[in-house]
Amino acid sequence: MSAPIAPGSSRRRLSRWSKYRAVLVTAISERFVYRTDFFIATLLRFAPIATTILLWQAVFAGSGRSELAGYRFEDVVAYYLFTTLGRAFSSMPGLAMGIAREIREGTIRRFLLQPIDLLGYLLACRVAHKLVYYLIAAVPFVVLFTLCGSYLPGWPTPGRFACGIAALVLAFLLGFYLEASLGMLAFWFLEISGVLYIMMGVNYFFSGHMIPLELLPSAVRAVAWALPFQYLAYFPATVWLQKTSMETVLAGLLVQAAWVAAMICLSRILLRRGLRRYTAFGG
Amino acid sequence: MRDETVIDAEGLTRHFKVYRKRAGFWAAVRGLFRREYRLVRAVDGVSFQVRAGEIVGFLGPNGAGKTTTLKMLAGLLYPTAGRATVLGFVPWERHNAFRRQFALVMGQRNQLWWDLPAIESFQLHRELYEIPPGDFQQRLRELTEALQVGKLIHQPVRELSLGERMKMELIGAFLHAPRLVLLDEPTLGLDVVAQAAILDCLRQFNRRYGTTILLTSHYMRDVEELCQRIIVINAGRIVYDGGLQGVVERFGRHKVLRLQFHTAAGTPGPETWNGSIEVLEHRPPLVKLRVERDQVSRLLQGLLAHWQLDDISVEDPPLEEIITDVFTTTAPPTESREPQTVRPAADGGH
Repeated sequence: MSAPIAPGSSRRRLSRWSKYRAVLVTAISERFVYRTDFFIATLLRFAPIATTILLWQAVFAGSGRSELAGYRFEDVVAYYLFTTLGRAFSSMPGLAMGIAREIREGTIRRFLLQPIDLLGYLLACRVAHKLVYYLIAAVPFVVLFTLCGSYLPGWPTPGRFACGIAALVLAFLLGFYLEASLGMLAFWFLEISGVLYIMMGVNYFFSGHMIPLELLPSAVRAVAWALPFQYLAYFPATVWLQKTSMETVLAGLLVQAAWVAAMICLSRILLRRGLRRYTAFGG
Repeated sequence: MRDETVIDAEGLTRHFKVYRKRAGFWAAVRGLFRREYRLVRAVDGVSFQVRAGEIVGFLGPNGAGKTTTLKMLAGLLYPTAGRATVLGFVPWERHNAFRRQFALVMGQRNQLWWDLPAIESFQLHRELYEIPPGDFQQRLRELTEALQVGKLIHQPVRELSLGERMKMELIGAFLHAPRLVLLDEPTLGLDVVAQAAILDCLRQFNRRYGTTILLTSHYMRDVEELCQRIIVINAGRIVYDGGLQGVVERFGRHKVLRLQFHTAAGTPGPETWNGSIEVLEHRPPLVKLRVERDQVSRLLQGLLAHWQLDDISVEDPPLEEIITDVFTTTAPPTESREPQTVRPAADGGH
């Protein structure tokens, strides 16, 4: 048996890191078990892009205008590609449902028994999923961005590039903690698929994935600004589109980081309360 | 070390409020406004101690409160009243130091990654429990040998049989050399060979590492082979705590006789058995009887003198049956199980 280690010591911090690295490695090898399925699913997710571009073409042709709320057709295509990139970071397929299933089936108890934290474990697993996903999706993304190259703005400055990467990483964290918080509602409600379905629609709309938020009526836009969802797709896209000033970008990153912090707190509170309820009622 | 108290439970109590659903439409409508709850006293003032190195069988009919007690000791459930210390910790505070020193095996899919070979889950365990690599290799070898699953640890868990998966769960539970292992029905649904291997492994680890084991089981064999001591729980209360032989002597007043006569024609008819003898099965040439313990030898002498028998076996009735005897002879006061109407709490029932 290992000797007790004072909390906060460097060895303890090191061992904590190696714990989650081990989860990451295990989750990566699990992902590779179903590589063919995963490969096909990843490629199929690119199919709607073509239809969306055609749809916008029809919208512009129908309106008879060359610009809608500051967006030319080329801008819309570029916007759409960048929101797709943002979604590749912030979408968390199966996370909330997975948590709900663990709660319902009682397998969540392993996180009460083993010396590991549920959120840290899930985060490591999700990083693994994303890494494998990017490995596969890199090729179609490169092809897509090359094909649409003429619609895209030029290469960003190193500063803006760094901000763009930061916005994507924060979008990933925001998506993770948001979805994890939703999943933990299952501590209180047996069935959360209805809630998740509604949230999926809200997310799709207010994240700006459906249409650029500038095109929304001002009242609806005001709602969108007040919600965290825009930081999942719309905000990272605007950073990469280079239509906003660096000051706006930096301010946006701060707000995005604040939302991430808020969601981390929310998910922690929900987990603590949820486990308390779980151990008070069922176990 | 051997005298150290590993589990110390005093007055451990757990009540559940169960929503009473009545059948029918109007009852459902009424339920919307006024909910009726039934108070179930799953565990009702249980006190016992387990010392380091003991193997204790925790027995009782379904719903007696065994699993609820295990859950409280593992920190999965808060008690309604009472206190417990396990390995010097209050289990439901769930300190990491506590978690590193014990294991609970309850059903399957506790700790194994379904799509991966078990070895990958074990390697993850090594990191989670900070097991030194040398100890890890040695224990893994000991466990795979004891359970005879050497090659299977390299095969995806989903391809394994029920028994093989249970063995993997056990390896996962023992790898970090926990001081205490709580097992809920570790041999449920397994064949005799797998059961024997598991029992053997538990015994080995108990001897080699002084691991304290508390297990629930329905099988007499598990308990007979492993436990020097059993605790019988019924309706949430301990009704017996002591040696195994004690419970068989105290509550098992019968033996089961399995008689294989030479021919069907040469088998005594059902009317032959009288008095306190109960016919469990009459399928000539096979007869199965339930006989009071002190009458067994006299009956056998008589039979052997008059009939030609190919085979005889005398067995204790299944533990379930003895436990049922315990259950009936130690029935609790009925009012504790009576339904009760309780005002709905804000946070609802379970």
